[in-house]
Amino acid sequence: MQIVLNGEIKDAVGCSTVESLLQQLGINRERVAIELNADIVPKAEYEKQLLSDGDKIEIVQFVGGG
Amino acid sequence: MTQAIDKLVIGGREFNSRLMVGTGKYASFEQTALALEASGAEIITVAVRRVNLDRSKESLLDYIDLKKYTLLPNTAGCYTADDAVRTCRLAREAGMSDFVKLEVLGDEKTLFPDNEELLKAAKILVAEGFTVLPYCSDDVIVCKKLEDLGCVAVMPLGAPIGSGLGIRNPYNIRIILENVSVPVIVDAGVGSASDAAIAMELGCAGVLMNTAIAGAQDPIAMAEAMKLAVIAGRLSFKAGRIPRKLYANASSPLDGMIG
Repeated sequence: MQIVLNGEIKDAVGCSTVESLLQQLGINRERVAIELNADIVPKAEYEKQLLSDGDKIEIVQFVGGG
Repeated sequence: MTQAIDKLVIGGREFNSRLMVGTGKYASFEQTALALEASGAEIITVAVRRVNLDRSKESLLDYIDLKKYTLLPNTAGCYTADDAVRTCRLAREAGMSDFVKLEVLGDEKTLFPDNEELLKAAKILVAEGFTVLPYCSDDVIVCKKLEDLGCVAVMPLGAPIGSGLGIRNPYNIRIILENVSVPVIVDAGVGSASDAAIAMELGCAGVLMNTAIAGAQDPIAMAEAMKLAVIAGRLSFKAGRIPRKLYANASSPLDGMIG
């Protein structure tokens, strides 16, 4: 299965949900926000939200800024 | 001991500091943390960006005590209402707070606000329950429209972002202060401590800055200078300055002169 993660095409192997994708990437779920095909995925849905081939996923965080 | 200044109330929340600072452009996360500490700020701005999947997982938030600071996510880099609204929704999900610094820019060279898109975004965000602090032009009409839409403050620029030119049109800021009832916070343009003091002496509720501190040769010392300037400016405003006169008025008594 291929997904578009932060604008880049990635092979998503062994991650069927948003939660498993975050675990594979080593990302702290409390510090990020996620869009799946332009809709926000609430944190409570990470474990349930299934990923499909071609999904566009954005993972954002807070960085330094004015 | 320095006299305490009155509290700032924004969106139903109380803050002891009237200085808000950005977290961009510092040499390191350590320096950011030290400058924030020295500034005494309680509200700090952050940007929302893609997680870098290739680099180290170290993040700004590892260096910041979230119990001490209120994060104010911005929409920096957004040029349309749609992009700004999308960024705010992500920020709320990442930070679990409704506070947002809304900026919708019109042009890369000036970074001046696109007021039309700003008003459009503000309307949507207020309806969605956000606590909106908009960065806007030093234009009373725009500020009044933002207030009418339900923004909890207005944040007119003193000069272009990062320019350090100071408060270029103090009369516009005064007109805004006389015509809106939400807190007026000068956002952008401050270059040195005297600029921050001038904003506060005009009667502004607060000052927001980033480059003036982060870009100084010694950001930590400048952070403290800004903290003191904002306190001094507020106290000076509240104390009530003397009227300006063209001619001298002796400070020492004329009675009892020798000779």
